[in-house]
Amino acid sequence: MSDNKKLSYCFDVDGANFTSAGEASVKVKKRLREAGFDPETIRRVSIAMYEGEINMVIHAGGGKAEVVIEEDRIVIILTDEGPGIADIDQAMQEGFSTAPDNIRSLGFGAGMGLPNMKRYTDEMVIDSRLGKGTKITMTVYV
Amino acid sequence: MSVYRHSVSLESEKCKGCTHCLRRCPTEAIRIRDGRAVINTERCIDCGECIRLCPHKAKKAIYDPLESINNFKYKIALPPPTLYGQFDNLDDVDCMLKGLLDYGFDDVFEVACAAEMVTEYTRHYLKTENVQRPVISSACPVIVRLISLRFPTLAKHLIPIMPPVEIAGKLAREKAKKEHPELKDEDIGVVFISPCTAKVSYVKNALCGEKSSNIDLVVSMSDMYFELLNTMKSEIAPEPLSRTGMIGVNWATSGGESSSLLNDRYLAADGIENVIKVLDDIETGSYPCLDFIELNACPGGCVGGVLTMENPYIARVRLQNIRRYLPVSQNRPDMHGMDHPFPAEYNVGEFPEINPVRMFSQDRKTAIRLMSEAASFFETLPEIDCGYCGAPNCRAFADDVVRGMAKPEECAVLAKKKNGIN
Repeated sequence: MSDNKKLSYCFDVDGANFTSAGEASVKVKKRLREAGFDPETIRRVSIAMYEGEINMVIHAGGGKAEVVIEEDRIVIILTDEGPGIADIDQAMQEGFSTAPDNIRSLGFGAGMGLPNMKRYTDEMVIDSRLGKGTKITMTVYV
Repeated sequence: MSVYRHSVSLESEKCKGCTHCLRRCPTEAIRIRDGRAVINTERCIDCGECIRLCPHKAKKAIYDPLESINNFKYKIALPPPTLYGQFDNLDDVDCMLKGLLDYGFDDVFEVACAAEMVTEYTRHYLKTENVQRPVISSACPVIVRLISLRFPTLAKHLIPIMPPVEIAGKLAREKAKKEHPELKDEDIGVVFISPCTAKVSYVKNALCGEKSSNIDLVVSMSDMYFELLNTMKSEIAPEPLSRTGMIGVNWATSGGESSSLLNDRYLAADGIENVIKVLDDIETGSYPCLDFIELNACPGGCVGGVLTMENPYIARVRLQNIRRYLPVSQNRPDMHGMDHPFPAEYNVGEFPEINPVRMFSQDRKTAIRLMSEAASFFETLPEIDCGYCGAPNCRAFADDVVRGMAKPEECAVLAKKKNGIN
């Protein structure tokens, strides 16, 4: 085991099981606490990740969430093979949502997912291709 | 705080080293070492879950024996409303309170009365500006400890008021001194009849915000139950003693504390696993529209405590019966002209500091390296969580190994593979 090995955790976000959405975020939160990150950083990472997980379940039928933990930063990479985001600028607007009614009735789909992810992280890069999928990379600096 | 004194202990000769408690401990505080369970006292939150689960009765609750009340000249019983729900056919609380006096107590002070005061204070606290919402109840000591250990960011949401039992103890002591000025402080014994182990830890560790708790002894509700069966006489109409209303009685069951706030924006969860799930969600920022959160470690609320006699759901039905013709509340402190939502003497101040027991290292770089090692080692483990190594699951075992608390060869599956057995 080398000293330079990055600490990373990978999670399968199950698109068929809406009730399990948000579980990876809870696991990451525990790990960040064990690594001694400050509560505010942990809160930012877990909210951004939670929103990302929910998005992948609602819109993309699930995907993968990878979290890379380094001394000075935490990087969250969310990858899915969903329909892709047609208009990223529009999707970034607060209140804009394409979530179906049954999801809205659960209290989700308020159009705050992507805006919150941007708000709680220092960097967010969206790479989305229609019909192929979306990759979102978020970084929180410590 | 120096050494934390727990109220859950192990009778190691009865322990068979099975994995029941190991798997279900909500803070992963238990390991099996040399065939016996060992409790990590830094992680234990005294929830009593292992006492409930142990098939060999090897986990036991620590509390004061009933006889110890005789060490005091003037004995005051603090019966919580949970006690009212333990008896079959009890429809008049006065019979039970009289039973306590006949047993040998000089006075009784119902915790339910203090609970009604806390309800009133909480209602005012919720109206105060700048309080961290949702406000979390601080009545259950397991929850307070759980939050300080695992959810430190939520500590500022806890309402900084003493729990009803402490206020009851304080008022009972003041009443005794007033009525019997000849009594010295050490003559007065305030005895709480507890439904759970956590209240024992609460008193022994003086978590009330004062130097020492106003409660001197904590006895077990089940011990008291059997004594009361002998002393309670229902045929004689007892003198009226009870001073609680419906709200005070409701505190014994989950949802009772919050529903009495007369504000629908509340959540009430009970059972330690459910509670942890709710705290995880709140920490992530869910439930933004809630004002109040009531959390009880025991299933069903205090009626589900490990020291109770009756099934919590039956107890709940009985309490519904008892409260039927009671006034809504009989203890409403006068709030006129008060600047604060509750008197300063009931303020507990700051809740315990963050205790980073789960951290791998104080140094983040080292912590990340160790966690990376744990993650790599975890990859080699079977992930069947058999518990044979003595850790609750493979992930915890991997952590233990890099923390130097376990050796890789303790994994039976790895050892088997190494020896070429499939």
